[in-house]
Amino acid sequence: MPALPLDEAGKYVAAAYVVFVALILVYVAIMAAKLERIQRELGELADLAEQKHSGGGVSDV
Amino acid sequence: MKVPSLRAQAAATVAILAAGFTLVFFYAPLDTEGFIQKIFYLHVPLAICSLAGFVVAGIHAIRHLRSGDPVHDARSYVSIHLSVIFGIAVLATGSIWARAQWGKWWVWDEPTLVSFLIVFLLYVTYYPLRYAIEDRERQARYASVFAITAGAFVPLNFLAVRLADPLIHPRTFSSAGGLPGSMLLTFVVCLAGIALLWLSLVRFELTAKSASAKLARLRRALEGEAHPPPLAGSRIAPGLPSRTASASWMNDPTTPRS
Repeated sequence: MPALPLDEAGKYVAAAYVVFVALILVYVAIMAAKLERIQRELGELADLAEQKHSGGGVSDV
Repeated sequence: MKVPSLRAQAAATVAILAAGFTLVFFYAPLDTEGFIQKIFYLHVPLAICSLAGFVVAGIHAIRHLRSGDPVHDARSYVSIHLSVIFGIAVLATGSIWARAQWGKWWVWDEPTLVSFLIVFLLYVTYYPLRYAIEDRERQARYASVFAITAGAFVPLNFLAVRLADPLIHPRTFSSAGGLPGSMLLTFVVCLAGIALLWLSLVRFELTAKSASAKLARLRRALEGEAHPPPLAGSRIAPGLPSRTASASWMNDPTTPRS
């Protein structure tokens, strides 16, 4: 099969690499959202620990 | 052996991938396919890492069944997860190449393509299988059996495809003399970069799962038994142990245990 001209092949090559990068970015974004949730929950637990420490006992959270 | 920190490993991944892609576009010569062949440096390493990842998941699953240690179940799960994601990239980049080279997005009578699709779809069924079982112990055990069976299928499938008559899909390392030196070097650097990316993402996800599990323990400890554990983020945390004794993997799931 004859080789595609550069301007034609370039679009496909760019598309393949962009798809790869996009997929990795989506994955990292999802993981970042999960880490953000962990951080938020950690903050809530820190507040709870401070409440307990100050003698307030465990209140309903 | 000292395991490098995740940050150092991620930096090495970015550096090697950048070097690999630079070699692809500025060093590797064009072959008879022309510029479209540049997809090969991405597509083939992704396929190799995806299939190898499925086998690694099977090995972790064997270790899980032998030891009962949930850390191996978690590693098996994450290996399959990343390999499925890489599998999506393989199918997408392969289809783009096929469209450019053959004029079709997909060819059903080519054993290489169809066999990879079968392996990919097989592993996609891992998720419904896993989450159809509520009991954590049973879930992990069944998932391990699945990972071992499917993991054994991968090399057999690969061998069968290599033995079959190739129709139109190119065979990368089968032609006499193999790849020219410059192409081989580029390919090896790209393969190293993609393999490191797979490893880094596996460690990243395991670290996130470990943090999530520690958080659940902390919440249990702070709120007491009066409040049931919320299982924060644990719907997809395989093998998140309910027993305190088996929770030791949470300390550092990325460190190999003997």
